[in-house]
Amino acid sequence: MSIKKISKEQPDKFEFTLDNLEKVKKIISKYPNGKKQSAVMPLLYLAQKQNNNWIPLSAIKYIGKLLEMPYIKVYEVATFYTMYNLTPVGNHFIQVCTTTPCMIRGAYKLVEACKEKISPNENELLKNKNCSWVEVECLGACVNAPMMQINNDYYEDLDKEKTLKIIDQILKGENPKPGSYRGRLNTEPENNRKTLMDIKNA
Amino acid sequence: MLKDEDRIFKNLYNDKGVDVKCAQERGDWINTKELCSKGRDWIINEIKSSELRGRGGAGFPTGLKWSFAPKEVKSRPHYLIINADESEPGTCKDRDILRFEPHKLIEGCLIASYAVNAHVCYIYIRGEYFNEGEKLQEAIDEAYQKNLIGKNASGTGWDFDIFIHYGAGAYICGEETALLESLEGKKGQPRLKPPFPALIGLYGCPTIINNVETIAVVPTILRRGSKWFVSLGKPKNTGSKIFCISGNVNNPCNVEEEMGIPLKNLIENHAGGVIGGWENLKAVIPGGSSMPLLPKKTCDTITMDFDSLIQEKSGLGTAGIVVINNDQDIIKCIARIAKFYKHESCGQCTPCREGTGWMWRMLERMSKGEASKDEVDMLMDVTKQIEGHTICAFGEGSAWPVQGLLRNFKKEIEKKNNFNPIVKQNKNIPYLVDQHLLDKKNA
Repeated sequence: MSIKKISKEQPDKFEFTLDNLEKVKKIISKYPNGKKQSAVMPLLYLAQKQNNNWIPLSAIKYIGKLLEMPYIKVYEVATFYTMYNLTPVGNHFIQVCTTTPCMIRGAYKLVEACKEKISPNENELLKNKNCSWVEVECLGACVNAPMMQINNDYYEDLDKEKTLKIIDQILKGENPKPGSYRGRLNTEPENNRKTLMDIKNA
Repeated sequence: MLKDEDRIFKNLYNDKGVDVKCAQERGDWINTKELCSKGRDWIINEIKSSELRGRGGAGFPTGLKWSFAPKEVKSRPHYLIINADESEPGTCKDRDILRFEPHKLIEGCLIASYAVNAHVCYIYIRGEYFNEGEKLQEAIDEAYQKNLIGKNASGTGWDFDIFIHYGAGAYICGEETALLESLEGKKGQPRLKPPFPALIGLYGCPTIINNVETIAVVPTILRRGSKWFVSLGKPKNTGSKIFCISGNVNNPCNVEEEMGIPLKNLIENHAGGVIGGWENLKAVIPGGSSMPLLPKKTCDTITMDFDSLIQEKSGLGTAGIVVINNDQDIIKCIARIAKFYKHESCGQCTPCREGTGWMWRMLERMSKGEASKDEVDMLMDVTKQIEGHTICAFGEGSAWPVQGLLRNFKKEIEKKNNFNPIVKQNKNIPYLVDQHLLDKKNA
């Protein structure tokens, strides 16, 4: 089990924007009548997106009222799932996978890079509150190990130097290209492809 | 090697496009109406005789699972749920299907829903696969536009809707009943079985839950016939499968191959061999992190199918192959897996909640040589206390890799952790909970 840290500084109020309220209606319509509670996970994501990548307690209360759920039931969900950030993480949230398949291909070198460039500790915001990093469990891109996720994008086939460069670019406000950093096509065996060659060469 | 024409996933690496037109060129959606018009019984029987086994880890026969759904829809609607919560370390096959072969999945969803009388299908995607989910949503929107799904989907007379639901980073939600809880807006803690989801599942309604790969191969099986599918692989282990080969190999990759392919062939032919040569191989985890590792000796000859691997006290699982060579510390590798399970335990059952952390701490000490000789047996005891004493299979999943390590590399651990513990010199310490382990006679 993992422990969730809740931010000490909390805004007093949270409300969805009008745009997002439209989205809320659409989300709830995905589920059968009377099963509004199913929308709690997508709504928490929506709140996280609206509130600069983290969910304040006021948003948890607000969603509870919106879905006619007890506050504690929403709180329970928000604290159970690791992808809900209950404390600020910055605009650029870097997650480095260090589970065994990534570890044996050098994932801890990526962690070193994050420590050098961002902060010696996990979940610690840079001075301009722009960026933080964290070690996470398997992100499901094992044949492209080692890899990291920055916000929604996967950066694959990395090493320490490439990671340092990507972080530099991000801190400068650039958008480095996601995907493989050894130039291979997705999950194909690099320079050793033996299957579906007709389709590749067609 | 499997012939290219027999490969189901022809766009595995995205050489060609993803949209409906490209998918139709690959044969998707061409005669969906015709397939459905042959009737539910024909579809289920065809899948039964193809001997397709679930690709999500447990290898349960798919046709049989479908036949558990009630034949008639009564007051409660039926649901189909696709488990795309792929989080098993070493596995990344469903990701490629979601982003590069979404129409195979969507068509499979329609056919499977038709077969089990479901009008609504939810696809539960892990939250980290946000981009993959967006790609799938694009494909779903396109399918709605072309009336392939929706009202009177593909002209079959069947109304059919697909919705995506994102998870949020909980491995346990890949367990089918935890997935249902999560979809209902609760924390993902598994339910007791029975009742099985086929009768009482999502919102208490009959629900069939299948893995992405299982559903995505269904249309091709129906098109080419169950005989073709059975002609591939081995008896009871038929067809082809996407293998993910990661770890210490020269060219890690995903590749679709026949079931029952020799492991050595897979690694040497497709993944460019073990780094440092085959002789430098230490062990292989054959089916995602939950499956016990195989020592090199076994890897020389083993074939990759459900039954052969069970005979070697391991399993095919999700076919996520993690290759570990002699440059790695095997204890550290398994310790990291133990940490994964400690992090992902949902906390519902005590043996798992406490045991996973216990195993991790012991393995960490063992990898540093700080454990005592007796702790090796104690660790085995802990795994046995977890295995079989939890609501879901997570308990087994966390205990088996450790058992695999102890079974095959016990000598190595003992060599590294070979001092006499203090407790042994002072027997009968009253507060020592594990006293029975010191005294073998009473154990």
